[in-house]
Amino acid sequence: MGSRASTLLREEEIEEIKKETGFSHSQITRLYSRFTSLDKGENGFLGRIIKIPESPMCRRVVVSFREDQVNFKGFMRTLAHFRPIEDNEKNKNPPTSEPLNSRTNKLLFAFRLYDLDRDDKISRDELLQVLRMMVGVNISDDQLGSIADRTIQEADTNGDNCISFQEFIKVLEKVDVEQKMSIRFLH
Amino acid sequence: MSRCGNLRLWILGLVLLLCFIQSEERRLKSDHHEHNEGHSNMSASTGVPIVSFKWHHVEPPYLIALWVLVSFLGKLVIEANHHVTTYIPESALLICLGFLLGGMIWGADKVQTFKLTPTVFFFYLLPQIILDSGYAMPNKLFFTNMGGILIHAIIGTCWNAATLGLSLWGCHKGGAMGDIDIGLLQYLLFGSLLAAVDPVAVIAVFEQVHVNEVLFIMVFGESLLNDGVTVVLFNVFDAFVSLGGGAIDAKEIVKGIISFFVVAFGGSLVGFVFGLLISLLTRCTKNIQIIEPGFIFVLGYLAYLTAEMLSLSAILSVMFCGMCCQKYINSNMDERSVQTVRSALKVFANGSETIIFVFLGISAIDKSIWVWNTGFILLTLFFILVYRFIGVFVLTWMMNRFRLVPISLVDQVIMGYGGLRGAVAYGLAVLLDETRIKEKNLMISTTLIVVYFTVIFQGITMKPLVQWLKVKRAALVELSLIEKVQNKVFDHALIAIEDISGQIGHNYMRDKNFEEKWMSWFLLKSSARKKQDRLFNVFHELNLQDAMEYVTEGERRGSLDFIRNENAFVDFKKKFDEDFAEAMPDIMADMGVLSFFIMNARVLNVNKEGDPVPSVSLEMHEQNLRGLRQAEEINAHHLLEQHLYKGRKQHRHKFSRSHFSINQDENEVQEIFQRTMRSRLESFKSGKMAGIENPAFMPDVDPSSPMHIPPWLADAELEVSPVAPSQRAQVRLPWMPGHLHRLSSLRTSPRSGDSVQEGDEQLPPSGSRQTF
Repeated sequence: MGSRASTLLREEEIEEIKKETGFSHSQITRLYSRFTSLDKGENGFLGRIIKIPESPMCRRVVVSFREDQVNFKGFMRTLAHFRPIEDNEKNKNPPTSEPLNSRTNKLLFAFRLYDLDRDDKISRDELLQVLRMMVGVNISDDQLGSIADRTIQEADTNGDNCISFQEFIKVLEKVDVEQKMSIRFLH
Repeated sequence: MSRCGNLRLWILGLVLLLCFIQSEERRLKSDHHEHNEGHSNMSASTGVPIVSFKWHHVEPPYLIALWVLVSFLGKLVIEANHHVTTYIPESALLICLGFLLGGMIWGADKVQTFKLTPTVFFFYLLPQIILDSGYAMPNKLFFTNMGGILIHAIIGTCWNAATLGLSLWGCHKGGAMGDIDIGLLQYLLFGSLLAAVDPVAVIAVFEQVHVNEVLFIMVFGESLLNDGVTVVLFNVFDAFVSLGGGAIDAKEIVKGIISFFVVAFGGSLVGFVFGLLISLLTRCTKNIQIIEPGFIFVLGYLAYLTAEMLSLSAILSVMFCGMCCQKYINSNMDERSVQTVRSALKVFANGSETIIFVFLGISAIDKSIWVWNTGFILLTLFFILVYRFIGVFVLTWMMNRFRLVPISLVDQVIMGYGGLRGAVAYGLAVLLDETRIKEKNLMISTTLIVVYFTVIFQGITMKPLVQWLKVKRAALVELSLIEKVQNKVFDHALIAIEDISGQIGHNYMRDKNFEEKWMSWFLLKSSARKKQDRLFNVFHELNLQDAMEYVTEGERRGSLDFIRNENAFVDFKKKFDEDFAEAMPDIMADMGVLSFFIMNARVLNVNKEGDPVPSVSLEMHEQNLRGLRQAEEINAHHLLEQHLYKGRKQHRHKFSRSHFSINQDENEVQEIFQRTMRSRLESFKSGKMAGIENPAFMPDVDPSSPMHIPPWLADAELEVSPVAPSQRAQVRLPWMPGHLHRLSSLRTSPRSGDSVQEGDEQLPPSGSRQTF
């Protein structure tokens, strides 16, 4: 969806986003104003460079907004991954496709943080890059390399020296992803 | 069982001795005068007595020590019977033991000479328990759930106190309790002392029931924080009672509310200050490592006493002291000191807890305090339970609307049921002023009954209840490496998303910059600061794990060299002791630290098989020849292992009370060691790549050839030989060189600050042939 979103958010768009992502009306308008303030220039999409206070994963997260240039819908879709999973959602009319903030989709998002070349595998180098980002200067490359090797070894079940998405899910099955990857969006 | 039977007899014997001594004492006192004169006469005539029975001389400390011994023996006996302790928590059994002992003393003396006095309890028994809780507190979990904990601690406790007091008063008015002389204010005072959930009881009961951590931290955190409220309520109502009902007006009430804030925050502040003090001190104690741990205890205790002196909340103070300093002292202090602190705190805390419960039991066997009023007691019990549940449900319902992960109903039931009262309530009850509160004994009796009910009955039924309700239990497994990494990734990603979406959430605070920049700079030693990176700790643990695995592997597989020279086996130990002990004392000593790490890692690591580390020489004997690849691994590992073994021995020789230095020429020694290891790594690596070279392990442990220099120093002579590792070795190879390499880096980290740079040097690959 490379088209420019209009600068004013139309009702039907809000409805669409609401259905797709599950955010509430007020949350959507709030996030829209945030989106426009982040926008460099009046283009209706986020530029590649976003000046946000640094978290090491910041760039990665930005990159993971799937395309090069993001419009509001994409923005919301990505943010929807971080919505907390609510019990009542499960009981309502079962959605046709899995909601964006389901556990699998959250894990998929996390997986994509590593897997930059989108080949559905986390190779040793990609893992190394993420590790390097999260670590200070104290650890040498060799040591990081061993950590990366060890990590892959723990997770890799089919012996291809990469972590596929299935292996990723399996290894993290005990982790409480719902809690760790959710933030409360203000109403 | 016979041994336990003997122990029981011993305990009985000891207690009888006690009673005997008591009565003797009394008799001696009365005879004292005559004896005195008699002595003076006698000494003139008989001369120097060879031996005399000087009981009075040692009485106070002797009795104390004896009681401590008896309590610990009781715990020993109780713990020996696991089939009982699975059903009945140890605290309940200790109380019963206390009953028994109290009965015996009562029988001997007709008077309860030993009681749990408030002074002893509040000054000597309680502080270490709280210090231990603070020091061992999972900070991240605590602060994540801080909101809920605070709400329960403050509002919940006030609610408990108010409702209990008012309901009892209402029932009194309604005539359910007969004729007792207690006014509304005294009821409120009574309510306030019974309102607080007790940390000692909670630990004692919950430790056997491993509930999930959120539930545990909610109850436990509440039990610790509510001391702030309890102290205030108790003092305020006590003051009201002494002022009399007429003097209470709005001003006093406002003062009461203000005093709450002052007490709570003041106490926390005192604790915080002391925590900072401890952290700062440990930054400079490099030269007195032998008594470094002492600072923790002394300053922790001072934190308690200072807060008590300023009439602030002492429990809050010592708790925050422990919580605040834990991170910094763990990084600043030497690993051994950290272990010492941890172990010693556990000893003191556990010991205190044992003594407290035994004395709670003993204090009950005292006819003078028992006043039985059925209505009062039963109603108190009933109200306590009911209002606790109501309070928990209402508050949690309110909280759940703001929590990310709501607390389930089942967890709430356990939270309500876990509202145990304990020794703190009893201590406060005994502190009541009997001139103003005529029915003090009734209150004491009721408090005791409540405490017994909660600890014994609720303690016993807690585990079945948890199982019946299928409460989510604590996860006992260690996180795998990828889970740890992934958690970190999640945290960072969340921070990023929060920034992007403009939210400020939990993770804002977790962003390390403030803490890293200021506090760490101030409070950590420079070397410790470098180690701060969490992934480095992961790395460190990884090394330990590898080292341990190596050792276990070796234990299981043995060493080829031994097999080659069966005769030499027996002498191996001796031989290497002699040869290498003089040659490289410092390396050995160094490795002693490593072995210490490893052994403690073993102790702490529940999931491993728990094999004892080095009794390897013996086990290495029984092995089969497996092949080249194993020889290499085994060689590597047994090289390591050999170091471990010797390191420990070396330590013993160097022990001295005042001087604890072990790393004399540490840099040189480490460097040499490192270079060697690295050189092996290089050859290993190249071996991996080429697939034909032999992983480089030296045949340095050939016991038949006498050597003067340990061969791993002589890396100049090493050669590479083209021996193809087998398929299996190739699979295993990838993580082996890494191990050694990591081990070398691990070696240097605690002391020299420039650990890791050395890891980057590239040495020419060198290796040596594995001879067969």
